[in-house]
Amino acid sequence: MNVRGIILIVGRSLRQHLLSTIITVLSVALGIGLVMSVFNLSEQSRKAFTGGPVGFDAVLGARGSQLQLVLNTVFHLETSPGNLPWKTYDEVRRHPAVDLAIPYAVGDNYRGYRIVGTTSELFTKLEIQEGKRLTPMKGGRIFDDGLREAVIGQTVALKSGLRVGSTFSPYHGVFYDPKQQHDEEYVVVGITESTNSPSDRVIWIPIDGIFRMGKHVLRGSGKQYVAKKGEAIPDEHKEVSAVMLKLKDASAGFMLDQTINRQGKVATLAWPIDRVVAELFDKMGWVTDVLRLVAYLVVVVAAGSILASLYNTMNERRREFAILRALGASKSTVFNVIVVESAAIAALGGIVGYVVYFAILGGAAAIVKEQTGVVIDLFAYHPALVYAPLGMTLLGALAGLLPAFKAYSTDVASNLLPTS
Amino acid sequence: MTRPTVPFFELQGVEKSYRSPDGTIQRVLDIPELTLDANEQVALRGGSGTGKTTLLNAIAGLLTVDAGRIVVLGQDVTRMSESQRDRFRADNIGYVFQTFNLLQGYTALDNVLLGMMFGPGPDRDLARSLLDELGMGDRMDYRPGQLSIGQQQRVALARALANRPKLVLADEPTGNLDARTAGDALALIRRMCAEHGAALLLVSHDQGVLAEFDRVVALDEINRAAASAEPTS
Repeated sequence: MNVRGIILIVGRSLRQHLLSTIITVLSVALGIGLVMSVFNLSEQSRKAFTGGPVGFDAVLGARGSQLQLVLNTVFHLETSPGNLPWKTYDEVRRHPAVDLAIPYAVGDNYRGYRIVGTTSELFTKLEIQEGKRLTPMKGGRIFDDGLREAVIGQTVALKSGLRVGSTFSPYHGVFYDPKQQHDEEYVVVGITESTNSPSDRVIWIPIDGIFRMGKHVLRGSGKQYVAKKGEAIPDEHKEVSAVMLKLKDASAGFMLDQTINRQGKVATLAWPIDRVVAELFDKMGWVTDVLRLVAYLVVVVAAGSILASLYNTMNERRREFAILRALGASKSTVFNVIVVESAAIAALGGIVGYVVYFAILGGAAAIVKEQTGVVIDLFAYHPALVYAPLGMTLLGALAGLLPAFKAYSTDVASNLLPTS
Repeated sequence: MTRPTVPFFELQGVEKSYRSPDGTIQRVLDIPELTLDANEQVALRGGSGTGKTTLLNAIAGLLTVDAGRIVVLGQDVTRMSESQRDRFRADNIGYVFQTFNLLQGYTALDNVLLGMMFGPGPDRDLARSLLDELGMGDRMDYRPGQLSIGQQQRVALARALANRPKLVLADEPTGNLDARTAGDALALIRRMCAEHGAALLLVSHDQGVLAEFDRVVALDEINRAAASAEPTS
């Protein structure tokens, strides 16, 4: 019996039991698609959140949770843990271990997109990746630190409709509330090139604009201070939500960590940023484990459905096997046909599983991008994309053993008798 | 000194019994001797319960006998392992069933090709020419359900002859056909076997069919089990 013969028999059988084949293939595809999605999504999320284009080594913020600080300043999620006096920013900026210090002041939004007050150094001095800066696209420019100008991220531009030249008034708070609109009007002067990072969802304005925004009260000196129009704001009253730091080397991080986190009581240094996020993923690892378990269970159920669908056809196919035997097929040929058929269903499920995989990953990627700005690559390679369909094919072959044994044991003579 | 001639087909002292559901042993075959020459066409006359299908299955190696030997082409089928019998059957024996036993999901051509898969391998040209020869050239892509009974019979015959067997076993091949179609089918089977150099052992209880054969063996006479048909224990 050659391979062509087995393919002919298996192909005809799959076509003859088309409905059952389709349903079983779909159940396998669902399981495989889930497994591939869960593995790839968890891996890519971890990589995207821990190794994305951040550009900074550490974040200095109010005393509190390092994770909250990173989520708030790097991923523009969560609320700020508090403020630091301008003096702290000034000190750390001059610290010999610090290469670059950029202040962030947060607390406003425009239709849900967070507004970050900062300095133009963010665009001129920071490299978010080697050789790559946060650059406005052609036709735009960075804001003037002394004017009500804004540079917006790519996603903000796409979703909000703001263009270079558009004007908008920020809303107070990090969550959009139409009743909380400020009176100040800003003009968009630039749209950054896509970074595939949370920065794409941010509106950058001069930090002075945050200080002078109506309803904002500065407490840098410990006393309340409201900025006056036309007057410079004394540094002692200014405060920042965080200071983003680029360090000279790793030893600088150890030194600052020692000084700020272990000996100091005023501020928190989140360093290194990827380690802080990785800890979050480690803590949330059980969620991935549960998802993987669910995916495995779906695969096992799919393998069971292959077994059940084949086993249930064995009675009606006894005559077919008897005919094959009468034509000269050996018992082992009949056995192999069923095992190959079972594996073929699993393999087809594996192929269709890629459609399920792209659907799940596409949906998840859209949600992740919408919520965080982090981009999940649909076509990123993960070993599960190879091993899952191959493993499923093997599992399918194993699931075919029981029905194959039943086919193997078919009594030829009694099943060749006329049925009518 | 002359060497003893190896018989084309020889059956000696063949016995076969089954255990009935009530536990008694039912003997269905007890045949002292039956021979067949190469290219010979023999009809076995047998009614219900004479063990005709069991005999054909035993010759085809689809079941084993309790005693005796069945020599086909000089080889004792009863001494072969199951896989050897499968291979021998595929290479040397064609089988035509009363209900044809065509596979329903397959076209006429595929049914014939399938018969070749277990023997020398599929030969599409040969399969086509066989179906052509049997007047089925324009029905090759039809499935059994789309064919008349007579056409199904032709496909079954083409499948039986596909591996160029030396012996064709036919179990009531005209049993499901009307008188006219049966006559045509029988003539076709005999002609095709003769042209393809295959001996034919055909079982029937139809007098019209039996009358066509020069040699008719009464199964209820040579099969002592059919004559007695009594439980032995």
